[in-house]
Amino acid sequence: MNIQEIHSRLARAFQPWLAATGFEAIDPWIEVRPEGLPEIGRYLRDSQDLWFDMLHCITGVDDIELDAKKSAAKKAEQPDWEPHLELIYHLSSTRHRHRLVLRTRLPRWHEDTPGRLPEVPTVSDIWSAAKWHEREVFDLMGVCFVGHPDLRRILCPEDWVGHPLRKDYEMPREYHGIPAR
Amino acid sequence: MPINQVQPEAVEFDVHTDEMLINMGPQHPSTHGVLRLVLRTDGEVVTEVTPHIGYLHRCAEKIGEHLSPRQFLPYTDRLDYLSAMNMNLGWSLTVEKLLGLKVSEKTRHLRVIMAELGRIASHLVAAGCYGLDLGSFTPFTWTFRDREKILNLFEAACGARLTCSYITVGGVTADLPPGWLSQCEQFLTEFAPVVDELHAVLTSNAVFVRRTAGVGVLPAATAIDYGCTGPVLRGCGVAWDLRRDGDPFYTEMYDGYQFEVIAQTEGRYPQDHPYPPVPAAACLGDSWHRFYVRMLEVVESMELVRQAMAKYAAAAGEVDKPIPLKKKLPQGEVYLETEAPKGQMGFMVKSDGSPIPSRVRIRSSSFCNLSVASELCRGVLVADVPAIIGSLDLVLGEIDR
Repeated sequence: MNIQEIHSRLARAFQPWLAATGFEAIDPWIEVRPEGLPEIGRYLRDSQDLWFDMLHCITGVDDIELDAKKSAAKKAEQPDWEPHLELIYHLSSTRHRHRLVLRTRLPRWHEDTPGRLPEVPTVSDIWSAAKWHEREVFDLMGVCFVGHPDLRRILCPEDWVGHPLRKDYEMPREYHGIPAR
Repeated sequence: MPINQVQPEAVEFDVHTDEMLINMGPQHPSTHGVLRLVLRTDGEVVTEVTPHIGYLHRCAEKIGEHLSPRQFLPYTDRLDYLSAMNMNLGWSLTVEKLLGLKVSEKTRHLRVIMAELGRIASHLVAAGCYGLDLGSFTPFTWTFRDREKILNLFEAACGARLTCSYITVGGVTADLPPGWLSQCEQFLTEFAPVVDELHAVLTSNAVFVRRTAGVGVLPAATAIDYGCTGPVLRGCGVAWDLRRDGDPFYTEMYDGYQFEVIAQTEGRYPQDHPYPPVPAAACLGDSWHRFYVRMLEVVESMELVRQAMAKYAAAAGEVDKPIPLKKKLPQGEVYLETEAPKGQMGFMVKSDGSPIPSRVRIRSSSFCNLSVASELCRGVLVADVPAIIGSLDLVLGEIDR
């Protein structure tokens, strides 16, 4: 099934949750609103002709321009652009051999309060692969997956401060007396 | 058969003792690197396994956001350091997909030779170390002896044995030196009988079968649910191989090649081969099948190397040279997975138009394969934990990135 067909299937059931599409991209994608992720995910997995049974990867992207000049230029080019986080879910079906890129957009901080992680519903109850991938995105990108059974850091030490893959992350000067930079 | 099958005659399960937490690792020899497992045990029975990873974390993705794709290439060597060629290939193809770049026929066949030799080398380490985990030392020395020969071939081609950086964005660093193909041919001839010997000392060995058959049974649905790929998934009887089923940008590398996807479907393995039959105690998805799939893939890869050498020798023209070090990337985002020896290795590159990507993502196969370990090890005996972990063929460099 190609991306247009998948999109029209989703549009029939979940129109309010569909945000944007990128059919012309090298890897075509469908953007959904974060609150719709669990239901759309379950539908994608359980529909006989979609059957997206494998979640390959969850990627967090920090879309911010730290340089003020570049940021202004980007804003001039795309007036509705704001710094934000993106989550990208790569799915495929081992039965029908088709693939899908699903993405969603989050604020960088919950209610614009620095330090409060943005929230998105977990999909770990739909694909178990998300259990570790969501932990990784939480650890490195700072996204809170609501409903995750065990949301702990996975690659960094438990007492690490900050989320290293954020663009504005600064390495701490030291960690337990070990100089870090 | 239930997922956590234990032999009732071996242990009395109604006897309970005090619960004990046992730390396995991070420096335990049978964890294949710095992996720490916390076992919750009740006597000899493991009730829960919690893997702790991250000891080798170098934030490779962040490094990728500060280097151009060709500068990042040596870092991909250090992901799965047992199959650096395959890591180089995955990264190069991903960036080439973003650039819309197609390599020449000669380069394509050369890449197939290297990727499949890398697969053989990786599976040899997997087989040898797995034997070692289960108390059999001899096959370890044999597999390392023959892996050495592959590393010699790599050294002759690019100067490096382990961290090759040979397959690179746009092509390969250099064409093969004179006489390389006959060296490779000689290796394949010498190596063919070793496969039979390995089958004799491992696959059909009574002790090996007792330790692996029916141990750590992974149902196909659970494997797919956890995103397990590679021999772990194919060992469950799912014929899923990206060389055949993947992104067209990757599968066209194998256009014109004859090979089978190694998985037991409809009760049999695809190729007619002289290797040991499946023992009666083994059931689909257990450690024995995962091992067996790797052993059969070694033979399949040897066949692919032979085909690729013939095609490479017949191809006209030169091999492609790498792209300029600081070539500007087009704006966009691509994701590509390739069939690495341990499973599906995925790279994502996002670019805003400068020579340096704005985001690099590495999807590691061992990461997903390890995440299923806590399911596999629930209710097994302590001695079976190394047998199960070893059968997953993990490399921590790739898990921790």
